[in-house]
Amino acid sequence: MRAIITVIGVDRIGIIAEVSTLLAEANVNILDINQTVLDDYFTMTMLVSLEALEISLEELKKELVESGEKLGVSIRLQHEDIFRSMHRI
Amino acid sequence: MLNTYEIMETIRMLEEEKLDIRTVTMGISLSDCADGDGERAREKIYNKIVNYAGDLVKVAEEIEIKYDIPIINKRISVTPISLIAAACEDKDYIEFAKTLDQAAKEVGVDFIGGFSALVHKGMTAADKKLINSIPEALAQTERVCSSVNIGTTRAGLNMDAVAQMGRIVKECAELTADNGGVAASKLVVFANAPEDNPFMAGAFHGVGEGECMINVGISGPGAVKAALTKVKGEPFDQVAETIKKTAFKITRMGQLVAKEASEKLGVTAGIVDLSLAPTPAVGDSVARILEEMGVEVAGAHGTTAALALLNDAVKKGGVMASSHVGGLSGAFIPVSEDAGMIEAVEKGALSLEKLEAMTAVCSVGLDMIALPGKTTAATISAIIADEAAIGMVNHKTTAVRVIPVPGKDVGEEVVYGGLFGRAPIMKVSEFSSIDFIARGGRIPAPLQSLKN
Repeated sequence: MRAIITVIGVDRIGIIAEVSTLLAEANVNILDINQTVLDDYFTMTMLVSLEALEISLEELKKELVESGEKLGVSIRLQHEDIFRSMHRI
Repeated sequence: MLNTYEIMETIRMLEEEKLDIRTVTMGISLSDCADGDGERAREKIYNKIVNYAGDLVKVAEEIEIKYDIPIINKRISVTPISLIAAACEDKDYIEFAKTLDQAAKEVGVDFIGGFSALVHKGMTAADKKLINSIPEALAQTERVCSSVNIGTTRAGLNMDAVAQMGRIVKECAELTADNGGVAASKLVVFANAPEDNPFMAGAFHGVGEGECMINVGISGPGAVKAALTKVKGEPFDQVAETIKKTAFKITRMGQLVAKEASEKLGVTAGIVDLSLAPTPAVGDSVARILEEMGVEVAGAHGTTAALALLNDAVKKGGVMASSHVGGLSGAFIPVSEDAGMIEAVEKGALSLEKLEAMTAVCSVGLDMIALPGKTTAATISAIIADEAAIGMVNHKTTAVRVIPVPGKDVGEEVVYGGLFGRAPIMKVSEFSSIDFIARGGRIPAPLQSLKN
């Protein structure tokens, strides 16, 4: 399955490094990455493939949320279909 | 790839605007559970529900994780019990309600609906037993919900049933006087009840439905309100367009969840209900949408027109987003479950009469309204009759879910907590409807019923 990871919060050094290390350890492949500042917030969206994921989806989400808390940003992971169904006819 | 703005719009809807799926409701036919022996019938009912719905909560939770979208309630609706229990000789059907409650607890759902009877034209012996069992059944169970359909556009209004339901609502409240009359909040009196409604307390699995279906109820008043803040002062054409677009997006999410849940559970996808269902949480209010349109407080003049536009635009946006739309599909205006409605009542801006007018242009009726404990059964019946008449004449579903709170009067409030919220006691007319309700019989079906 392909999912979208969003990272929102105040910009600081090492956010991408931290998140991508975590993903690499869980065997998650990053397909696309996009970073911008929206309404004064650092906003990163990542398209990832979870085909080779080595832990459960629930565990991966938990790890992402925990690392988000450490970095002071909010991290979500959602199957890409929720965005597709909302924004594509 | 999707662009960042689109992704962020969805995230904002979920995070800040309280967008969620209100309910995933599994409808289960119990028609093969009828048995001459009540005990045996209940055993079959329990086994069938546990068998079919055993994975419902688990699957819903998996979907919550996969899409990171909250599914607030998982529910079950069943064939109206009066139809199933009719085969047995039991004197009352309270035991059937207890069986439903046990099954609901076993599979972990929040509510189970279908302790119901359809009596819009007349009552069978079983319908009478069921209706007489409602107060004890709701007082002795936690998760069971009950509904009675007392009128349709085709059949007119069964005024004997209307008279009786006033008394039943009173009894429900009195039996649970210690808890603010909470049993009455689990009972809905309908006109033109839909067979595939996923929302409680009025959900039941209609006789025209399949063996097992998944129906989904969306939510999202907060997202609509937020979208409207961007068109402040613009003409209504813009307002309607904005609501339509938002409703489309919200409904697509409901459709996604309905499809996924039905596939994972291996049952037929039924309908997506487009109703905007509020919750007592701040920012999840239908009243605030009406106020965003420009009425100072919900209930001020203009509110009915605002609601008519909202209800229509939600349907127009939602209908293209889903393969099958059904259930109630209209804006809900429950008082206790909507922070803006509660405030409007407390400010004296919103009266029972205004709410009645509002129900003529939206779903679903006088919902979650607390009345003074001294309100008579005849007055409650008359409220039901007025509301049912609106439904009958306008070819739409209307319902009454009122709670005559024992020992409380206007100026006080009752607190239920959770999704049921809190409700200020509303004033009812002090003039009598006793002679009107005492007539009984049927109000004939209106001319609108003769469409063939």
